[in-house]
Amino acid sequence: MNSAVQSHKDTAGATIGMWLFLFTEILLFGGIFMLYAVFRAKHGGEFHKAAEELNRFAGAANTVILLTSSLTMALALAAIRKGDKTLSLVLQGLTILLACVFLAIKYIEWSAKIDHGIYPDSPVLLNLPKGEILFYGLYFVMTGLHGLHVIIGLGVLTFMFSATGKGKINSNDFVGLENSGLYWHFVDMVWVYLFPLFYLVT
Amino acid sequence: MREDLRKQEGSGYAAYILIWLILLGLTVVTVTVSRLSLGSTGAVISLAIASLKAGLILLFFMHLRHEGRLLKGIFLIPIVLISLIIGFTFLDVWYR
Repeated sequence: MNSAVQSHKDTAGATIGMWLFLFTEILLFGGIFMLYAVFRAKHGGEFHKAAEELNRFAGAANTVILLTSSLTMALALAAIRKGDKTLSLVLQGLTILLACVFLAIKYIEWSAKIDHGIYPDSPVLLNLPKGEILFYGLYFVMTGLHGLHVIIGLGVLTFMFSATGKGKINSNDFVGLENSGLYWHFVDMVWVYLFPLFYLVT
Repeated sequence: MREDLRKQEGSGYAAYILIWLILLGLTVVTVTVSRLSLGSTGAVISLAIASLKAGLILLFFMHLRHEGRLLKGIFLIPIVLISLIIGFTFLDVWYR
């Protein structure tokens, strides 16, 4: 606690600030979820048909990968709280690795779609029924925006890994890692919704 | 004092692993349910399971259950707001 006072660090304020930022993120994604809800209500059958073309296995694998990375992130924070720097670094490294695997699978999925001529405004896509055009439009925008969040998270996690290594994140001052964790869990939470909405349309 | 309290919060590794196992279990359930082709009921079930998973992540991984009343209170604002926006837009489109 002394070190926190000396450096004038307001950890409670830092945490509330992070949550406020996440609230704006909920509204950002929420707006696009609204579009999804309306278009799916209007074009349910075509959404189902288009969703069948997505790789369910890749979607499920990425769900497991992100959930696991959320676990390693939570454990990394618990470890640094207990003062176990080495364990925390290993767990943070695992989180970074899992984030890379997620992005690699996403890259393969998007490449497969683009190889089939399906990308926003492509001639193949524009010849499909309206509902399928909307489905793929939302698919690219939402998984793209989510992927961007994963890339940003990867940057933040790498920064935290180095800060932990240098001892700037330690058992007395871990709010940076805590807030990075909040961001990472939020990204995981968005995927929890994206997976059934795009890969498991009934 | 506050820092000491913060250090103790949710520091057990086992609890996190248990939550992770439940989250994986719910993922298996949601994939299984989607194969039954239940139509719009299936969509409701998969959204309910997703919300359950999101709730577990919020409460345990993000430690929302350890946060004060202030944060829990303001957390309701974006949730209520987004529900109203989606709900009313939906009603508008549906009965137009």
